[in-house]
Amino acid sequence: MAYVAVKGGERAIDAAHAWLAEARRGDATLPELSLEQIEQQLGLAVDRVMAEGACYDRGLAALAVKQARGDLIEAAFLLRAYRTTLPRFGASLPMDTGAMRLRRRISATYKDLPGGQVLGPTFDYTHRLLDFALAAGGTPPPAPQATPDGEATPRVTGILAQEGLMAPEAPSETEPPDLTREPLSFPAERPLRLQALARGDEGFLLAMGYSTQRGYGNAHPFVGEIRMGEVAVEIAPPELGFPIEIGEITVTECQMVNQFAGSKTEPPQFTRGYGLVFGHGERKAMAMSLVDRALRARELGEEVDAPAQSEEFVLYHCDNVEATGFVEHLKLPHYVDFQSELEKVREMRATVFREAAE
Amino acid sequence: MSELTPGFADPVLGAQSCFRAILEAMSRPGRLQRVAGIDQPPAPLGVAAAATMLTLADADTPVWTDAGRAAEDWLRFHAGCPLVASPAEAAFLLATGRMPALATLAQGSEEEPHRSATLIVEVRTLAETVGWKLTGPGIETEHRLQVAGLPADFLRQWAANRRGFPRGVDVVLTAGPWLAALPRTTRIEEA
Amino acid sequence: MGILARADGAAIAARLDAAPPLPAATRLRGPETGLVMARGRQGGDGAPFNLGEMTVTRCSVRDAEGRVGHAYVAGRDQRQAELAARLDAALQDPVRRPALLEAVIEPLAAAQAERAAAMAARAAATKVQFFTMQTMR
Repeated sequence: MAYVAVKGGERAIDAAHAWLAEARRGDATLPELSLEQIEQQLGLAVDRVMAEGACYDRGLAALAVKQARGDLIEAAFLLRAYRTTLPRFGASLPMDTGAMRLRRRISATYKDLPGGQVLGPTFDYTHRLLDFALAAGGTPPPAPQATPDGEATPRVTGILAQEGLMAPEAPSETEPPDLTREPLSFPAERPLRLQALARGDEGFLLAMGYSTQRGYGNAHPFVGEIRMGEVAVEIAPPELGFPIEIGEITVTECQMVNQFAGSKTEPPQFTRGYGLVFGHGERKAMAMSLVDRALRARELGEEVDAPAQSEEFVLYHCDNVEATGFVEHLKLPHYVDFQSELEKVREMRATVFREAAE
Repeated sequence: MSELTPGFADPVLGAQSCFRAILEAMSRPGRLQRVAGIDQPPAPLGVAAAATMLTLADADTPVWTDAGRAAEDWLRFHAGCPLVASPAEAAFLLATGRMPALATLAQGSEEEPHRSATLIVEVRTLAETVGWKLTGPGIETEHRLQVAGLPADFLRQWAANRRGFPRGVDVVLTAGPWLAALPRTTRIEEA
Repeated sequence: MGILARADGAAIAARLDAAPPLPAATRLRGPETGLVMARGRQGGDGAPFNLGEMTVTRCSVRDAEGRVGHAYVAGRDQRQAELAARLDAALQDPVRRPALLEAVIEPLAAAQAERAAAMAARAAATKVQFFTMQTMR
């Protein structure tokens, strides 16, 4: 690939940017969107940008959505670029999602699980009919409230593990690899894969997860549990020497339960795929857990023949900021490359015509 | 902890101008640069040594120092750098007493010579019109540098350091607010 | 510290208006905004992994009586971080502590508990009540 420096477009670029700013604002007689409105009323777009931008900050994500005119991949790109300007203070202690303050918690494997099914603010059970009342606007009546029964909400995977039916996670405090510091290398261990998937493109992961259900990867998954709510984040600054809470973030977690026929060393049991994403991102968390399970094929001694089971295929292509960079770079001037291709094709055509004429 | 003093009065501009000074010093070996921006460096560090550490060290760079508890706390607090006990493990070393031997520090590899250590030494005095004759990249004819406070065998160590090129250690000498650099390419002759 | 981390700067300042004044303080570091890598665990309870970063603002101060206060708070609110650091220093003073707890920390904690309870009550209203639970297993 080669690029040539092209000068002379500066005025055109300035004019294009001015038009972009005007187009972003739209009809100036209409009220302008505030960041608070985006944060509050387009909250799931903000969540997606935080997840794929790999940076939790609702205000920054709302600004990115506004600046990108609602293009969420562009917004994630803006957030990734901004984060490079900030120093890293350290890493948190691993969050305890078991202690989440739940807004939603459902299981498809146990109807009567301890703590119950909590639906939360969900699109499920809506009729997917356009609601023209929303077009008119207005404030909805307050949602009903009930007294919490205080029942504990243990993880479903824990219930299965008690019976020995679920492969346990090995307890570990190993310092995880960080792909924002070291480039991806293969074979990639599960902590590195999970980091890549957590910031991966929702659409890509959705398609990959879907492919495992349709037979490319031999999965038979059940949603063991999905939970969404607030988790406390703690850090242990060296100057204090003890952990402190720095605030709460909203996350969505999915435990996907999969049958495992067993191997030479392991009896038949269930294994889990894991999904964890910033914000309220249920589709992404589910897709991530399907792909995580598919990527464990090698470790579990299963055959690796489907795209979703290929680490290199999935991890090299799941990042939409990288993907958009490489796809969109094709817009940049390739005049010299193309000139050489042009000459080659002309020459080949001339040869073909000459031979045909002989 | 209660003896802690502030770092750069303006963290962004302070680190930028100190970085510029270090860059100038490395590009013109032996020429003195004056550094400011830190009002109360922790004893026994001078302003230039303290500023250099805050500019170069961070959470990704292991640091070794012999400067004592107050300076260690200060570095950990402001630079966020891990402190290591073994000089060989450090990316940056800050010596205020007897400097560790150059040959014992990280030398980098032939493929990645930049993974070598940088040694910052707080010396008694620096002067640039007398003393050693420096030649090499960044020096048109010769620069002079006089240093008080290095080990007697420093020049022998330095000659050995140069022979390992492209591997080898870079040195920054500091005295109060002044600093001068000796990149691994510089030749030093006794005056 | 968790309570101050969850309260915004304006809310802390409003509470401080009703409290005895904090001692003067000099900044040792910050307030400055940076990132903390938030970590989860694979499977929820296994080996740690890096989920993604979050913005965090920190500040350290020393007050006129020599007490050093530190604060790290999620987000980019520099006023919040500085007030939290000054309160961290002042709360180490056994003389000041009771009044500050009463005027600042306890009301903020109560407001946060109220918000959490309102959220929990909404969640409780969406809890499914299965009446056939015992026979359906």
